[in-house]
Amino acid sequence: MSDKEASNAYWKANVRLILWSLLIWAIVSFGFGILLRPMLSGIAVGGSDLGFWFAQQGSILVFLALIFFYAWRMNKLDAEHGVGEE
Amino acid sequence: MMDQFTLNLLFVGASFAVYIGIAIWARAGSTSEFYAAGRGVHPVTNGMATAADWMSAASFISMAGLIAFTGYDNSTFLMGWTGGYVLLALLLAPYLRKFGKFTVSEFIGDRFYSKTARMVAVICLIVASTTYVIGQMTGVGVAFGRFLEISNTSGLLIGACVVFAYAVFGGMKGVTYTQVAQYVVLIMAYTIPAIFISLQLTGNPVPALGLFGDHVASGEPLLAKLDSIVAELGFAEYTTHHSDTLNMVLFTLSLMIGTAGLPHVIMRFFTVPRVADARWSAGWALVFIALLYLTAPAVGAMARLNITELMWPNGTDAQAVSVEDIASDPKYDWMQTWQKTGLLDWEDKNGDGRIQYYNDADAAMQEKATANGWTGNELTKFNRDILVLANPEIANLPGWVIGLVAAGGLAAALSTAAGLLLAISSAVSHDLIKGQLNPNISEKNELMAARVAMGVAIVVATYLGLNPPGFAAQTVALAFGLAAASIFPALMMGIFSTKINNHGAVAGMLAGLLVTLIYIFLHKGWFFIPDTNSFTDADPLLGTIKSTSFGAVGAMINFAVAYVVASMTKETPQEIKDLVESVRVPKGAGAATDH
Repeated sequence: MSDKEASNAYWKANVRLILWSLLIWAIVSFGFGILLRPMLSGIAVGGSDLGFWFAQQGSILVFLALIFFYAWRMNKLDAEHGVGEE
Repeated sequence: MMDQFTLNLLFVGASFAVYIGIAIWARAGSTSEFYAAGRGVHPVTNGMATAADWMSAASFISMAGLIAFTGYDNSTFLMGWTGGYVLLALLLAPYLRKFGKFTVSEFIGDRFYSKTARMVAVICLIVASTTYVIGQMTGVGVAFGRFLEISNTSGLLIGACVVFAYAVFGGMKGVTYTQVAQYVVLIMAYTIPAIFISLQLTGNPVPALGLFGDHVASGEPLLAKLDSIVAELGFAEYTTHHSDTLNMVLFTLSLMIGTAGLPHVIMRFFTVPRVADARWSAGWALVFIALLYLTAPAVGAMARLNITELMWPNGTDAQAVSVEDIASDPKYDWMQTWQKTGLLDWEDKNGDGRIQYYNDADAAMQEKATANGWTGNELTKFNRDILVLANPEIANLPGWVIGLVAAGGLAAALSTAAGLLLAISSAVSHDLIKGQLNPNISEKNELMAARVAMGVAIVVATYLGLNPPGFAAQTVALAFGLAAASIFPALMMGIFSTKINNHGAVAGMLAGLLVTLIYIFLHKGWFFIPDTNSFTDADPLLGTIKSTSFGAVGAMINFAVAYVVASMTKETPQEIKDLVESVRVPKGAGAATDH
């Protein structure tokens, strides 16, 4: 596989990963935290509901997990496609 | 026993001595060190410094206060200011590091093969950063006003001198290591009082968990207790949704996109050794930020409960606190101290010797007030920006905690103001003067120009900070809107699309910046000068879209204009397409090169 093909495949895989990650990013914040909160109002969390928890804490924890997952996955992708720095 | 004033001075003085000591020890020599610390910074160190740089007066001093008095609806700040790091880590940081230049506008200038694009980017950066510094100066004024026990205005003027002296000292390198020290000070200052208060109220030493725990005194869940006590005084329930959903979504989105478009944060990712490190750095930065952001909602809720209970010591059905108690009971000393800053005030309107704190705009409360002979809310002024700094005093914590919080608040404001001033000065000296006006400028003169630019920026920000367009966090939110509408779309399109050309990028940035800036000025006053506005955020120009939420709309305008203009003009040349391809893969990332 030429360098060009390798980097195209790498870029496609990267964009796919980004789209999935951003979908989760949007669901936990704009979704669970704001728009879908009424649907989660039945699930009680310490004096309030799950939507309130996502808006105040849950989304932050998911954001953290997403960034570390992405970094880990991309570093693997770099190696698989032979486009890493070393 | 030392008095509180001496104790504050001691804590603030000692922390400053450490920062300045580090700045001298690591004084910047070459231009490369001044801007980017020679790229020798480990991701964890870089993450910590980014966190200090990022968490400003807005996060430390202002945010919990805004959450405390509004509740759920202001969760937007929490999600917005953390969610942006996901965009930064996934969409920008690794590619900008691979590109390997010093500033954001250099990337825009090269990618869009246009000096005009670079100039426009510089202007966008300067506008957004200056607005941001205004918000910082507001916070600096509150912090200095309190710990020197002087008026807010004098505090602001003294603070401005300190920030300037501090920022001129070193470049990024000085700033990187001092910022690590500042992070340590500010996170301790934020969490230690929160732990004490959480223990007092819920028995849980982790404030983030205490927030969802039970209130020891009443046995009810803390949030349920808070909901009912504020509702009894006619205020909106803490945990329910009141504002309109559209603004909540747009505001959160503006803060997120703006985070990924602010130069002083993006610049951080130029300073890591490798592309992989840029990805990790964003994660580490968010770890250190999350420590504060997970604590902030607890601080807000618990402070609101404490304040309400102090004003109604025997419950909302009994008598309110008496004027005499406020004057003599040590529990209310904090009200006396804060009154001196002019940011807190009360007035016994009905002359009954008690201070009734309630929502006098609420219809049901008006009835109750008439029945009880109250003639309006008597806690007449409670500036949101004082809440975090006053919090340990409100909870009656030991003096050293109060001193620590004063030092932490200043660390937060100072570190960000310094980072922003650095971004502004590098935009002027490196991009504007060296890149455009006088490419042969000597290193010495470039550094001199950088410092002059810092001086001008701080004078403008201080002047506008005297009459800020909002509380610190609200002013800062405007800066995010501007960055969201101008810089982020250009960076993202530059990496993810080869189709957007020079004309598209320039038109997009200009459209996004101008429309957003004009929309903000129409609502907040031209150049933030009070009383020059034609609309207010209570009754905005476009239906319900507030000027604080407009950044997301501005970003969409930027994307759309760039796309349309690019489709109508000459295609991107091949060598630029190759450049974009190379930015997308980490392979071949070397050290940065200067122009």
